[in-house]
Amino acid sequence: MGKLDGKVAVITGAASGMGRASAILFAKEGASVVVTDLNSQGGEMVVSEIAAAGGRAVFQRTDVTSEVDIKAAIDRAVKEYGRLDITFNNAGVAGAVGELENIEARDWDRTFAVLTRAPFFGIKHSIAPMRKSGGGSIISTASTAGIRGVAGLHAYSAAKAAVVNLTQSAAIALGHDRIRVNCICPGGVLTPLIYRGVPGGEEAAERNLARMQPIPRAGRPEDIAAMALFLASDDAQWITGAAMIVDGGVTTGNVRIRMEQLGTGGFSGPSFER
Amino acid sequence: MGRLDNKVAVITGAASGIGLATAVRFAGEGAAVVIGDLNEDGGQSAVRQCRENGGRAVFQRCDVAAEADIKALIERAVKEFGKLDVIFNNAGLGGAVGTIEEVTVENWDRTMAILLRAVFVGMKYAVPEMRRIGGGSIISTASVAGLSGGRGPHAYSAAKAAVINLTRSVALEVGKDRIRVNCICPGGINTPLLYNRLPGGQETTAQFLSQIQPIPRAGLPDDIANMALFLASDESEWVTGTAMVVDGGLTAGAALFDRAGAPQLTVPGGFSGPSFEK
Repeated sequence: MGKLDGKVAVITGAASGMGRASAILFAKEGASVVVTDLNSQGGEMVVSEIAAAGGRAVFQRTDVTSEVDIKAAIDRAVKEYGRLDITFNNAGVAGAVGELENIEARDWDRTFAVLTRAPFFGIKHSIAPMRKSGGGSIISTASTAGIRGVAGLHAYSAAKAAVVNLTQSAAIALGHDRIRVNCICPGGVLTPLIYRGVPGGEEAAERNLARMQPIPRAGRPEDIAAMALFLASDDAQWITGAAMIVDGGVTTGNVRIRMEQLGTGGFSGPSFER
Repeated sequence: MGRLDNKVAVITGAASGIGLATAVRFAGEGAAVVIGDLNEDGGQSAVRQCRENGGRAVFQRCDVAAEADIKALIERAVKEFGKLDVIFNNAGLGGAVGTIEEVTVENWDRTMAILLRAVFVGMKYAVPEMRRIGGGSIISTASVAGLSGGRGPHAYSAAKAAVINLTRSVALEVGKDRIRVNCICPGGINTPLLYNRLPGGQETTAQFLSQIQPIPRAGLPDDIANMALFLASDESEWVTGTAMVVDGGLTAGAALFDRAGAPQLTVPGGFSGPSFEK
């Protein structure tokens, strides 16, 4: 018995990275999945992979900057599988990167169109079909950058913070319909978004990411998929408005003081004592 | 196949409420559970429920205000089941209540002993055992009262906030040992801690709690048990230092509009322009 038996999910950005891992996991747990992405070839491959494992999925090409495309992806779920239970607003880009004074307004706007406006569309168009299903779970990919700013990722940080707060305001509005709205804040997860264009590629990125947080390994798409599955399932039926951090501890704090520098246990007394 | 097959867990405050639901859930997913509680009858009943749910469990009386009791509880896990993978520092109470000038120092200290010191002691003795087997998961019950003021009594709020920050600082230290440290911030859960103290008991409390957050029902111990299960399992292998909020949306923010029972402020849909425009 799967954790998502009988449920229907739409996932954006599902041709690679976290979206792909989530699509595969959701299907394995019994969900029917509408795999959406700009990348048709990657999306079709995910659908084939799911089908080969005995799951149900269809691909629909979707540009998340287009409201029409997002509505069509949700309509496709209802048309193909009869209902909608889960929407995972996941498609992302790093967007406008670099120094603040060099960011073009156009790049700023494109970043927000993908990272913030698209989750808004996803939430907006999920409400009616989820109300009809008697409830549902909307999940969005935010980021640890949405909790604390990351220099060099100004637009990304701002857009992800907006996702966290949109999640909360939508959760308050939709709770009485049993529509739950949550987001996930991943830390340094090894996906093409991160290793694309990095010198040394995936391997070098993995080595760097492994040193970034208390748990000494890079995040994997599967780490995020596991949280998405939890939030999508009825195990989380009383969870809404939450920003779930999955980051290996990167936002826990900084180790500014090594415990051993303070001595080997004991008690640090008032400063006037020896 | 269970999500906690072959894992050994210690749970404090497991005779009732959140601890009981978690013990039964863990047992059903294949864990062997050491039930710690002051309440012996409830503890024995918890053991039976764990066994009925297909798992292994033993009870050990434990006063979490006593360091020796917590240490003994962890030793029992190792002696009985060979190791320790998961500890859930959960035992709680409302503690010192009343206005700040009514709270006695004695009641303050008792509250801190149960809600904060016991969590520290649980971590202290769990870490070496977990290090020995190459990792583990430490979970503590914090509260939404630890995230802001006004959601619980003073001492309770302060202690729960401390649990959240202790969770973070210990997570930083033991991440390299693959020991994960997280806490859960429940909202209004209908447990004996609450309904035994409120007029009208469980039913009235359920009705009251169903109205305080966006999801229109009271929180159930199982809601927290499900999160504890996620944090205990390998599914959350890259999750540490977090305070997981499970509150039906209680802390998501305020609703200016559109909440049943809330003061209504009706605005037409559309767009609200600059204030100097009509």
